[in-house]
Amino acid sequence: MGTVQIRNLRKVYRREAQEVPVLDGLSIDIAEGDFVALMGPSGSGKTTLLNLIGGIDQPTSGEVSVAGTDIARMKGGALARWRSRNIGFIFQLYNLIPVLTALQNVELPLLLVKMSGKERRRRAQTALELVGLGDRLKHYPRQLSGGQEQRVAIARALVSDPTVLLADEPTGDLDRKSGGEILDLLERLNKEFKKTIVMVTHDPHAAERAHRVLHLDKGVLSA
Amino acid sequence: MNLLSLVLVNLGRNKRRTVLTLMSVAVALFLFCALGGVLDTLKDAVQFGSESRLATRNAISLVFPIPLAYREKIAAVPGIKRIAVQNWFGGRDPADPHKFFAQFAVDPENFFPMYKNELTIVDASPPQAQIALPAELDPKLAAFMSEQTACVVSEPLMKKMGWKLGQTITLAGTIYPGPWPFTIRAVYRAIGQAFGGDALFFHFRYLEQKGMGGQGQAGVYKLELSDPGRAADIAKQVDAMFLNSSAATHTETERAFAAGFVSMYGNIPFVLRVIGLAVVFAILLVAANTMVMAVRERTAEMGVLKTLGFGDGTVFGVVLAEAATITLGGGLLGSLLAKLSIDASHFNGGGALPPMTVHWSTVWVGIAVAFTIGAVSGLIPAWQASRLRIVDALRRVD
Repeated sequence: MGTVQIRNLRKVYRREAQEVPVLDGLSIDIAEGDFVALMGPSGSGKTTLLNLIGGIDQPTSGEVSVAGTDIARMKGGALARWRSRNIGFIFQLYNLIPVLTALQNVELPLLLVKMSGKERRRRAQTALELVGLGDRLKHYPRQLSGGQEQRVAIARALVSDPTVLLADEPTGDLDRKSGGEILDLLERLNKEFKKTIVMVTHDPHAAERAHRVLHLDKGVLSA
Repeated sequence: MNLLSLVLVNLGRNKRRTVLTLMSVAVALFLFCALGGVLDTLKDAVQFGSESRLATRNAISLVFPIPLAYREKIAAVPGIKRIAVQNWFGGRDPADPHKFFAQFAVDPENFFPMYKNELTIVDASPPQAQIALPAELDPKLAAFMSEQTACVVSEPLMKKMGWKLGQTITLAGTIYPGPWPFTIRAVYRAIGQAFGGDALFFHFRYLEQKGMGGQGQAGVYKLELSDPGRAADIAKQVDAMFLNSSAATHTETERAFAAGFVSMYGNIPFVLRVIGLAVVFAILLVAANTMVMAVRERTAEMGVLKTLGFGDGTVFGVVLAEAATITLGGGLLGSLLAKLSIDASHFNGGGALPPMTVHWSTVWVGIAVAFTIGAVSGLIPAWQASRLRIVDALRRVD
C-alpha cells in the first residue's frame, strides 16, 4: 500500500455550459520514499493531479488517499489542517511573501502549530541551513537569486516535516546551473530524509532524477 | 513572528497607502468627535443653572424685556425667598472686539447672595469707606457695592483680557450704545459648572439710569425658592399673575431656561449628527476601497497561505485585523486629538456656554465607530479572501 493511492480519479472543469475533462479515471500508487516525475504536454492534467494530491482542489469523483487519509471528501478547516501537516508545496515561481525575510517565510507554516516563537525560529533556521541558506536568514526575497528563492521555498515546504513534497516545475524558472542545484537538493531530501516527492516537470533532464516517470496525456496515463 | 506581526508586516508593504488611509480615518474621527464635542457642550449647557431656582422672562421671547414693576409682585408670591434682576448687556471691548464675553447687569444685593454657593470672590479692592452691606453679601464686595460703575469679573476673563484689579475698562455698548466705563472692584471664581465662569457683572441701577433712561424694564428675573419641590406650582402662579397683561411672562427652572437658550441655536444637534455620520460613511467607503485593493493585489499570496494550511477563518481574521488596525489607529489618533485640542481650547462662546469639551464617552464612541469602520470595510475583502479557491488564487491550471 502506497503513501499516495489514487483510484478512478476524475476531474472535470466547467467552462460556461461546457464540461472539460482534465483527468479521466486515473489510478496511481506512490510508495513512501518514492520520487515520481509527472510529465506530459500542457493541458494534460499534471498540475491538476498535483493539486488533487495536495488537497487544494476537489476531484469530481474517485479517491485520493494520502498517508491513509481519504482527502477527496475532506473540506474546509479539516482539509487545511491536514494539508499543513502532510503536504509541502514547491511552486515554479517560488511564491515567497516579498515583505517577509527568508526566515519569516519559512516560519509561516509553523504559525499554525502550537509552539514557542523560539522553537519556531530554531526549526526555520535548521530548514534554511539544510538547503544551504544558513547565512541568508535576514534576506528578503528581492535580495536573493532565483535559485536561492527556490531553496527558501523548499525550506518552507520542509519545515513542518510533511509526508509528501509536491513540486510544480521547481526548475522551470531557473537557469541550468541553479536548476541542477535544486534537483540535487530534492534528490538529497529523497535519499537522505526519505521524503516522498511528486514533481511536475517538462524537463527530461529533471525527470531523470526521479525514480520513475509518469506520462500524462489528455488526463490518462500513457506508456 | 506571529499572526499579529504578519498583519503589521502586511500593513507596512505599502506604507504611503496605509498612512494616508490611517490619516483619513483620523481626520474623519477628529471631525466626528469635534462635532460630538459641540453636542456634549450643548448638553452641558442644559445642565447650566439649577433646578431649585426659577427664571422669569417675557413669554414672547427672551429678547423682549419685562416690567421692573413685576419684581415686587413676584417677590410676594409665597415660596419665593429672593428675587434678583439679570439683564444682558452685550458690550464689546473696542480694543479687541472679537473677544466676546458675557456681561450682565444685576442687582447685587440679591444676585450675589442667591449664587453664594456657586461663586467665590477671590480678590477685591479695599473699600473706600465703611458701608452697611446686606447680611448675606460677601464683605469682600464692599468696594464694588459703594461704586455705581464698579464691576465683578471672573478670574479666567481677567486673564484672557489681561485686566488688573482696580483697572477702569471701557466697553462699547451694542444694545445700549455709547462708551461704558467700568472699574474692576472684585474678581470671582465659579464653583462647578452651574454658574458661568467667564462673565462680567455690574450694577443694574447703572444700566437702568445710563442706558435705559428709566423705562422701568428688566431682562430676566431669577427666583430663589424656599421650597424647590414647589417649583412647578410657583412658576404657574407667577405666570398666571401676568397672563392678561401687555407683557405676559414665562417662568421655568433655571436649567430649563438654559436649555431654551441652547434651543435658540435651532436644530444644530440634528445637523451635526447628520454631518458626523456623513463623514464617517464617506471614510467607510474609502477604507473599504483601500482594503479591497490591498487584498486584490495579494490574491496569489492568499492562495499560497491557504496552500500552506491557513484556513479560511485565519485568512479572514488576518484581512479583518489589517482593516481594524488601520481604522483603530486612525480612530484613536483622531478621537484623542479632538479630546485634547478641544478641551485645551477652553472655548466657551464668550461665557454663553460652559467651556467646550469632548466627553470621554464621545471619545469611546469615536473609537467604537473607528472599529466598526474597520470591521465593515474589512468584511467584504476578508470574506472574498476567505472564500478564494486556492487554484483560482494561484491562477494556474495545467
